Amino acid sequence: MTAMYFANAIARGLAEAMAEDDSVVVIGEDVELSTIGATKGLVEKFGKKRVRNSPISEATVVGSCVGAAACGLRPVMDLMFSSFFYVALDQVANQAARLPYMSGGQISLPLVLFTGTGPSGSAAAQHSENPHPLLMSLSGIKVVFPSTPADARALLIESIRDPDPVVFLLDLMLAGSRGEVPETQDPVPLGQGLIRRPGSDMTLVAIGSAVPQAIEVADELDKTGVSVEVIDPRTLVPFDWPLVFESVRRTGRLVVADPARRTCGAAAEIAARVVENCWTDLRTAPARVTWADTPIPFSPVLERAVTVSASKIQTAITAVLSPTR
Amino acid sequence: MSAELEAKAGYWNADGTQTGQELRILARMVRIRLFEEKLQELFAAGRLPGFVHLYVGEEAIAVGACSVLRDADKVTSTHRGHGHLIAKGAQPALMMAEIMGKRAGLCKGKGGSMHIADYSLGILGANGIVGGGIPIATGSALADSVLGTDNVTVCFFGDGAANQGVLLEALNLSSTWQLPVVYLCENNGYTEWMRTGDITAGEIAERARPFQVVSTAVDGNDVLAVRQGVCEAVDRARGGSGPSLIEARTYRILAHNEGEEAFSGQYRPQEEIDFWKSRDPVTGFSALLLARPGVTAEMLDGIWAAERKVIADAVDFATSSPEPAPGEALEDLYAAGGVA
Repeated sequence: MTAMYFANAIARGLAEAMAEDDSVVVIGEDVELSTIGATKGLVEKFGKKRVRNSPISEATVVGSCVGAAACGLRPVMDLMFSSFFYVALDQVANQAARLPYMSGGQISLPLVLFTGTGPSGSAAAQHSENPHPLLMSLSGIKVVFPSTPADARALLIESIRDPDPVVFLLDLMLAGSRGEVPETQDPVPLGQGLIRRPGSDMTLVAIGSAVPQAIEVADELDKTGVSVEVIDPRTLVPFDWPLVFESVRRTGRLVVADPARRTCGAAAEIAARVVENCWTDLRTAPARVTWADTPIPFSPVLERAVTVSASKIQTAITAVLSPTR
Repeated sequence: MSAELEAKAGYWNADGTQTGQELRILARMVRIRLFEEKLQELFAAGRLPGFVHLYVGEEAIAVGACSVLRDADKVTSTHRGHGHLIAKGAQPALMMAEIMGKRAGLCKGKGGSMHIADYSLGILGANGIVGGGIPIATGSALADSVLGTDNVTVCFFGDGAANQGVLLEALNLSSTWQLPVVYLCENNGYTEWMRTGDITAGEIAERARPFQVVSTAVDGNDVLAVRQGVCEAVDRARGGSGPSLIEARTYRILAHNEGEEAFSGQYRPQEEIDFWKSRDPVTGFSALLLARPGVTAEMLDGIWAAERKVIADAVDFATSSPEPAPGEALEDLYAAGGVA
């Protein structure tokens, strides 16, 4: 076991995937230099034919990856910041997410769009986006959102092997943290969530950087006799609904911590499905911990005001457990 | 065309004489003309779901270009794509079934006219987004470049798409990476119902020059001129000399989409339409062929009769094909099937 930063785990996963399959290519802005280190060392190992710096032309580069995926390559594109998805949205939404279906299944598109995502500390509104709710509702795009370096490596390899377009999100709030990455690891299939911490009083579904916050809160509450089960879905499309439903049927309570705006967020979908499927098991209404419905502001004070934090998760849990709710 | 280029372009009919090859080119143009006229009739009769953009008057471009391509070469198409598909070899019956939304259609009734594709023939799809095929063609060429094949991709796009940013991005990217792609602009003079000249600065062909991409303008109503221009560009691409841009100047004889008269009014001068009708690419090429030794009017009549049969059979096939079952709407989203 080695403690690794996320970026190193991802670089390792990429190198393994490239060694396994010659058709894997890595394309993006500064992938040779690698600003956060996720593609570091690849050009030296695999050469410039397979590791390509691209111009800042998100639409055409994403679209080229779509075309290349339709014609025999397995491209991994590094978009750097997920806010830049919006520059390339036609190619993501109208092309990548549509061509396999519109063609009646003539093709699959083995394509990975990899990007840092979410607030990273005063990066402000155009470098702090979390586009997973939009991507979840597109249909045709798989969405991977790991919360540990080990999962990041394993899920990246699985994403590259997957025949469908995958958006792989690296939560930038986690980029500075490390985790154990085993030398050999069982594959983690897309769509398999995990109970990070078992509990019996409440189910707390947390996404991305909200997972370590949720575990921190659960550990604190454990000392006061409150037992919180933390579920990390790890992939949002496909989503491990049975895991969440089974947990809620045991605990009778649900809080969802989702680093995204409140309206039509992942938390809204998870809460709605739980209500639809576990109504008679719920002892009280589910609660959501989300961003405010605003862009992410620049000032650290303002950024903290609108984003998800451990203390906001704790407040939501206390409210859901309140006998007067 | 030089003998050397002619030999390279001879793929469509390697065993034939030049005249034999040219008769095949005419036959394909006639097939497109008849296919589109049949759709015009079916639309007017209310027998088509959705709407269609027809290619009448532009046949020389698709056929001239595809006549120099190999089976393994690829094309991307546009919302006005039936001609490109037929020229690249798609079966009219399967196309007609798709345009009628039938299960036996090329895309099982999920794509329709604007999104029809046959990947088995290297047809990477019509595309409902103007300019949508430009990055995809670039990526197709990237795949061939990385995989080391000598395939070429031809990207058909319209004058409207020439004003999309992705064209300039793709010219930059493909020139930088020396990709085997030919960007072929069909400038039919109108962007939807707007005169392209009113909303477009300069000449489209000129847009390639700052990117050091070889470019040329050809008469898009002259199938042999298109063939020669595309042959040179394909030859460069196949030989590793990178992308080209060709502007083929033509005219859309019919509507932007069938049914436009409900709102469009007369937005084009009648004299302009008449002028371009007098330059009909099928008529013009037929006249040229009739002047060739050994070509008779009966031979051309035979081509029309044979192609009429192909189109009639296509309509019969499509009409008698079953509708998809409603549950099929939930298939083909992911490779493993099902919805996520």
